[in-house]
Parts: sequence; C-alpha cells; structure tokens
Amino acid sequence: MVSKRVKKVSHSGIRAFFDLVLGMPEVISLGVGEPDFVTPWRVREKAITSLEEGFTSYTSNKGLKVLREDIAYHLKKKYALRYSPEDEILITTGVSEGLDLALRAILDPKDKVIVVSPHYVAYPALVELNLGEVLFLQTREKEGFKINTKKLEQLLVKYKPKAMILNYPSNPTGITYTENELKKLWRVLSDKEMLIISDEIYEDIFYKESHVCFASLKGAKKKVVLLNGFSKGCAMTGFRIGYACGPKEIIEAMMKIHSFGMLCAPIISQIAASEALKAKKEINLMVKEYKLRRDFIVKELNRIGLHTVMPEGAFYCFSCIEKFKLGDLDFAKALLLQENVAVIPGSAFGISYGGFIRISYANTLENLKEAVVRIERFLKNL
Amino acid sequence: MDDILEILENNARIEIEHLAKLTRKRGEEVKKMIKNYEKRGVIVKYKTVINKSRLRDERSVFALIEVRVTPQKDVGFDSIAQRIYRFPEVRSCYLLSGTYDLLLFLEGKDIQEIANFVSEKLAPLSSVKGTTSHFMLKKYKEDGVILVKDGKNKRLAVTY
Ligand SMILES: Cc1ncc(COP(=O)(O)O)c(C=O)c1O
Repeated sequence: MVSKRVKKVSHSGIRAFFDLVLGMPEVISLGVGEPDFVTPWRVREKAITSLEEGFTSYTSNKGLKVLREDIAYHLKKKYALRYSPEDEILITTGVSEGLDLALRAILDPKDKVIVVSPHYVAYPALVELNLGEVLFLQTREKEGFKINTKKLEQLLVKYKPKAMILNYPSNPTGITYTENELKKLWRVLSDKEMLIISDEIYEDIFYKESHVCFASLKGAKKKVVLLNGFSKGCAMTGFRIGYACGPKEIIEAMMKIHSFGMLCAPIISQIAASEALKAKKEINLMVKEYKLRRDFIVKELNRIGLHTVMPEGAFYCFSCIEKFKLGDLDFAKALLLQENVAVIPGSAFGISYGGFIRISYANTLENLKEAVVRIERFLKNL
Repeated sequence: MDDILEILENNARIEIEHLAKLTRKRGEEVKKMIKNYEKRGVIVKYKTVINKSRLRDERSVFALIEVRVTPQKDVGFDSIAQRIYRFPEVRSCYLLSGTYDLLLFLEGKDIQEIANFVSEKLAPLSSVKGTTSHFMLKKYKEDGVILVKDGKNKRLAVTY
C-alpha cells in the first residue's frame, strides 16, 4: 500500500540505535536535539491564561494578525528587514512544516535542491518526499564545515538547481557565518534563478557578534524564504510553532497548501509565541548558560582526543572520531553500552560523515562533566 | 556581575579547576580573584541551602515578624535595628518602606519558642511600638531556589 516515494526515503540503521538508547533509563544523553530548559514561565503562563480565557478556536490560515505584526516588528528592529504582516509572513506549525511547505510550493518532479552537508536530517528526506532531487554540497572539517564557494559555483552551473537549503547556526556542527562570509555566498548565488530557503531556527543561540539574517543582505530578500521558530531559542519545541517570511507569491503558495493540510497553527501556541518575542531576558540567560557549557565541553573534548571545531552557535558540536578506527555507529553503540553515554552517529547527518559524532550540550554542567570522565575512560580502553 | 561570582552564587562547591575551565582562566588566577572578592566583602560567606521540611526528625518553625519602631535622633533606624538583629534568633532583618519598619525572619524549635522571643525580648524594647507575627506554613521557593520537587526531565533521550 505504501507509495514508492515514501518507501524510497530511508530510515537507516540509526533508528535501531535510537530504540536502544530509549530503552536505557539511566543514560547521560548528549543526543538530544532540543533545549534542556523548560519554556520560560512568562510564556507558559500566557498559554495557560489563553486557555482560561477560552482561546480554543481556529485562527485565520495565515495565523493571528497580532503575532504576524509582532514578527514583522521583531525582524525590522533586529535586522532592518521589512516584511508585510499581510502577505509576506505565514505562521507555521514549527519550522518543520515551513520547510515542507516551501519545498512543496516550489518543487516539480526532478527539480534539484542543494542541501549543505552535514545537514539536519529532515532536509533530504523532505526534498525526496516532494519528488525533488537532492544535490549534496559537502563541507569539510578542514574548512570549518563552511561552504566552499567554488564547489557551490560548480554545482550551480552544472545542475541549475531550483533551490538551496541553508542552515546557520547549524545543526549538527554549530558553525555559523559572518556577514562577510554570507556576502561572499550571496555573490555566487545572486544572479541565479533560484530560491534560498534559509533555516535560521538557532538565530538566538549565538556566541559571537550577532546573527545576520540572510534575507537582510542587499538584494537578497526577493529570493529568500526565511524560516524561523520558537523551538530552540525560547525552548518551545512542544508548542510546535514557527513562521515563514518571503516573497508574496511564494508565501501565498505555501499558504494555499497550509490552509488545506494544516488549516492553521494551534492558537494557544500562537499566543504563547507572541509572548516569546518579548522574553529577551529569559532567552539571554539560557544563551549565557549554553556558552558556559560550550566553552567547557569543547575544550574538554579536544583535550581527551576528540577533535572538535569550535561551534559559534546552536548547542551542538561535531567531533571527529576518525583516528579511533571504529565506525560511528559502532562507536556510539559501544560508548552507550560501556559507559551509558549517548551521542548521535555522524552518518545520520550525511553518509560521508561516519568519522564524526554529534554531541549536544543541551544538558546540565554536572552531566557534561560526568560524561567527559566517561568518554575519556572509554577512549582509553579502545 | 563577573562570571565567577555568577557561577559561585549558584554552586559554592564547584572545584577551582572546573571554575577555571568554565571561565577560561588559569586556576591560580581564579583563586586569586576569589580571595580578593572575599577580602572586599563581595563574597560574604558560603552556605548550604537545606530544605528542612524534608528532614524527618528535625522540625523547626519559621516566622515573619513585622516590627513598627520609633526612629531615634541622629541614628535613625540603624541603632534599633542593631539591637534587634544581634539576637541569634533573628535570621534576617530588613528595613522596609510601608506600614511597618523592620521585617524579621525568625527560626525556632516550635511556635512557643518564637512567641517567647517576641513577648519577652522584642516587644519590651522601648523603641518597639508594635509587632505582628506570621507563621510560615510552607516554603515553596527560597533565594531563587525552588524547594518543592520539580517533575523529571520530560525530553526523549535522543532526537535529531
Ligand atoms: C536545523 C533545524 N531545523 C528545524 C528543526 C525543527 O524545528 P521545529 O521544532 O520548529 O519544527 C530543527 C530541530 O531539531 C533543526 O535542528
């Protein structure tokens, strides 16, 4: 019964590894892709109040007007970006839905989409489910996991892709781009007939200067769909709420699909999201805490022999295990069984990244400290 | 506030080495800075937050006492405050604006002990015009620390 299209999308051996982890109750998990904080109280309180006041209905397909206006204001203030709340902003059920909508809105069968690897797992899967073809643009540890513009140019010229998915700060590497690096990228992309889907869900979790929105580069806005949400920065994964901004025509197309397939994002989450845009102080506190953890874990990982590029955002690092002569899945399994520490095998994020593991430091310092002791012991016994 | 102080405020028992790693300083440097903070009275004391309601055989009673006083010439409230806060029964003492002047936190073995303190030591002081006692029924949060047990972490152990 299941379609060929769905069958083609693989789940790989990692599923079984996940099941193994989930069956172990006392594990220290560095494998979690979401914040360890609960949503700030003022946001939760807003959601509770909205329920008490009886906000339990559908909203307009686009999403609550007040939330769209709040988002427009946020983008204007932070990036001097002007999106019209009327027809250039769509409230989605997380960035996940926004991504699916953007791809569905633009792809015809066999259209090509560039995915920068290592990548968030949903990118190639969603391109394939929408009958597109994935062009992987591999980045290398030696180049700090950043896009090599020459290689990008070659792909663009050879395959004339319909779109490219960008993600920074990146899951799984934690790397991000400076304004100059982004300008360099844009110079290569600007004259091509294509759309840039920019997943900036980790925009708040940033340790250096500040995040630069791709759409804010000169001339870029008309070719960019900006995807963002509240899951990571405001620790709201369970609320399932995000937004997409872009050219009117594309947002309209996305809205069409959304109005039939989702109708609207949950009203309680929309109201909570409005509050989340005001929770700067709470978000800053969390980011400060992530930074302390990052400084600790990256230094320790490098010390015990897991070479790790310094991440500048998100809450992941992508550590090299090549010298240990053990595949990533075997490495992760052995570490789990011997020391009760869970990490994610690198190949989950791209087939050629079997020499890496993803370590999430969205965990308490005490746990990170204990995890380092255990990983060090594990490596010594290898 | 300096990173060192921020971390210590939450965890006074953190090891120097760990603290050094977190703040990207050398252990020696961190030690010196802490010594300096202690000398300047920025770091006053290291204490442990104990949730006494979880101790089975050691019950104690907490009370808040509002005290209205007559300020004295030249020294204002300071001198009467000093008379009061020197009693070891007084755990905290604050001067407030509003309908009363001093707010005291008291800890005693039982209600009787606190009642005795108020009626025998506090109320008879000549500058004390009146007191109101409130006995604490339950502590939910103290010094920024939530004392009632939070639920377990609800995240899945692995997600992409
Ligand atoms: C890069 C990236 N994009 C999107 C998502 C999904 O976000 P949302 O919860 O908004 O659907 C994640 C979550 O892990 C992510 O890491």
